Amino acid sequence: MTAPLLEMRAIRKSFGGVCALREVSFDVLPGEVHALVGENGAGKSTLMNIASGVLKADGGEILWDGRPAGELTPRRAQQMGIAFVHQELALAPQLSAGENIFLGRRPCRPGPLGWVRWEEIHRRAGELLHQLGRPIDPRRPAAELSVGEQQLVEIARALAFQARLVIMDEPTAALSEREAARLFEVIARLKQRGVSVVYITHRLKEIYQTAGRVTVLRDGRRVASAPVAELPPEELVRHMVGRAAREQFPPADPGRRPAEELLRVEGFSARGRFQDVRFCLRRGEILGLAGLVGAGRTELLEALFGAAPHEAGRLWIQGRPVRIRSPRDAIRHGMALIPDDRKTKGLIPGAPLIWNIVLASERGLRIRGDRERRQSERMAAELRLRAPGLQEPVNRLSGGNQQKVVLARWLLADASIFLLDEPTRGIDVGAKAEIYELIRGLAARGAGVVLVSSELEEVLGLADRVLVMHRGRIAGELDRAQAGEEAVMRLATGGLP
Amino acid sequence: MSGGFWSRTAARALRRFGPLLALALMCAALSLLSEHFFSLDNLLNVFRQSAVNALLALGQLVVIITAGIDLSVGSILGLCCVLAALALKAGAPSALGIALALGAGAGLGAVNGLLYTKLRLPHPFIPTLGMMNVARGLALVITGGFPISELPAGFRYWGAGALWGIPAPVAVVVGFCLIFHLLLTRTTPGRDLYAIGGNRQAALLCGVPVDGRLILAYTLSGLTAGAGAVVLAGRMNSGFPLAGAGAELDSIAAVIIGGASFFGGVGTVLGTLVGALIMGVLRNGLNLMNVSAYWQTVVIGAVIVAAVWVDVVRQRAAAGR
Repeated sequence: MTAPLLEMRAIRKSFGGVCALREVSFDVLPGEVHALVGENGAGKSTLMNIASGVLKADGGEILWDGRPAGELTPRRAQQMGIAFVHQELALAPQLSAGENIFLGRRPCRPGPLGWVRWEEIHRRAGELLHQLGRPIDPRRPAAELSVGEQQLVEIARALAFQARLVIMDEPTAALSEREAARLFEVIARLKQRGVSVVYITHRLKEIYQTAGRVTVLRDGRRVASAPVAELPPEELVRHMVGRAAREQFPPADPGRRPAEELLRVEGFSARGRFQDVRFCLRRGEILGLAGLVGAGRTELLEALFGAAPHEAGRLWIQGRPVRIRSPRDAIRHGMALIPDDRKTKGLIPGAPLIWNIVLASERGLRIRGDRERRQSERMAAELRLRAPGLQEPVNRLSGGNQQKVVLARWLLADASIFLLDEPTRGIDVGAKAEIYELIRGLAARGAGVVLVSSELEEVLGLADRVLVMHRGRIAGELDRAQAGEEAVMRLATGGLP
Repeated sequence: MSGGFWSRTAARALRRFGPLLALALMCAALSLLSEHFFSLDNLLNVFRQSAVNALLALGQLVVIITAGIDLSVGSILGLCCVLAALALKAGAPSALGIALALGAGAGLGAVNGLLYTKLRLPHPFIPTLGMMNVARGLALVITGGFPISELPAGFRYWGAGALWGIPAPVAVVVGFCLIFHLLLTRTTPGRDLYAIGGNRQAALLCGVPVDGRLILAYTLSGLTAGAGAVVLAGRMNSGFPLAGAGAELDSIAAVIIGGASFFGGVGTVLGTLVGALIMGVLRNGLNLMNVSAYWQTVVIGAVIVAAVWVDVVRQRAAAGR
């Protein structure tokens, strides 16, 4: 057996007390394609960021070519021959493809002026792109290239660096089927040249298409590592999920029957983000919307709320057709959006708590301070908001209390349809349980809740029904009895139900 | 944690009253340096000379609270001066002249707001920079570059007259300050302006009619420029097309010295008024001490930078704790 090119031994890493990697070992052989899989937050990106010097491990050992790699920095990793093709492409849009490939090391004429040798840049860039099997004109600005072509430019940049290991983080996330197929050809060519590839993905099909070996991470641990031939899909999914549902969720009221229809959506589409989405939401129901990051869930919620455009689709609220063109329209129809990012979309960070609570229920011209104070105090008590006072700037509160402020705002506005996007992101465990209770409470008082969460157990623990999205489409619907982690994961990764 | 409470309260008080404290210290120092400074006549003089800047700064404040900027107020003031003077010369009554100046100012401000929101221009710098040139150009085109002098007494009253010993411009400023203070602190649209400046996306998602509120802000800024035109043309007894050249920068300086933040969401009427007075007192004091006008400009520039720097240092200290 050949010696590994990269060997990571017992890598540990935690972020502010939260353990991201526990003694993870990982190795890559020369010229192999190694798939790295796991749920959101399993530690895949953290591990690869350590390999490429972006993050520093808390413990463990890294060997490169059989020798200790020492202190890794992004620069050192690059010199060793590790290239990272990120999910968010990092090209300078106004510069040409060729210039991007040689960014930072343009070939120059000797002398104090260091004239750039453009002909050489474009000639060598053209050769590299040709070797990858895609003749792109190196003079074209990066902004004009398709996402797939831009990715290729990044891979060509890696080759120009004499990279021996290319790490690709969900490279097909933004690609069409055809572009993805071309990428697989490129990966095959890299393999022929003896370049190793670490392929981070969520999509089961791609693992079996491209990879020779696969490593599964879960909750920061390595739970499996084997040649793909020895790990059939069912077993792989079991490894990815592999834990019993936790008991932190308040039980659903067994006597409760979902009743009257609150919201119906049909044929909702926006190009490149979501396609032909249809569902209905009943009074007193929590509808889970599961899927992987990038499946189009946030985009869908924002479009339903009138905050992002959509091209086609119809909406009914309590049986009546409605058109929603702005968040104002949505609010008038009793909708509420709790956005995925409190800081940039949810709160006015520097403003006092009380302003943040009343912002969505202001009526008329005059501000009635007394009433606002009474209402805010009532909400604060009801949600057990812990804050020094109503005048406290909201950014001084903990994440859990900030989220309660956002919830309080919509309770005060008397909303009946709650669109919750990652309602427990960045919240500690204790506060999470309180938020879960509040969500159950919303349903109990007759509201309808659409719950988006990347934490699968959260969706399964709370939802009465689960819709699974995959690449912008509803891949399937599961009721409470059918919805297990494995069934959801299979749909979310593009497998059959 | 009582220590934390007290130091937080102190920090908040400093933010609120810091500019006022600076103004008081300046006045005390100038009283010692010059026997002419602390007299009723001189202080009224300072107020009168600060009136136009204070008016423009009020409008500018409303815009800066939304994290915007209005570069056109000086030019709008100039155009309004000219329009009012022309109407008065053509025999319009004083009230009509005043209404014309205010209406034209508000209208041009509304155009700024519409351009910014409806054309989705990337930053209010662009439409207001355009308006700054267009309005100034129109003022020059209409007059051929010559001032229009000798205005009726009823109009001049608002720039040069007095009411029970109080200069009329000072009364105008006080009146506008009250209205703007009530608007910003007691009404929904006023508070929406702070929300937009604090986080525009969040405000939009809470149903704040962001475009409408922004148009309102720029309209108010134009309105105060129109009011400034009435005061200035009245005082100079003339509508001259270059009136208010550079005044937009003075108004921005007053707002910033008064404790508002360029990032939006922060600022008060009291602070802005004090900011305008600090600039007025500074000019007056330097005059009394026979410092040349050229050097005064240098000092004002240094004060602007120093005021913001003090604010930055204070905020960093607050964040570090």
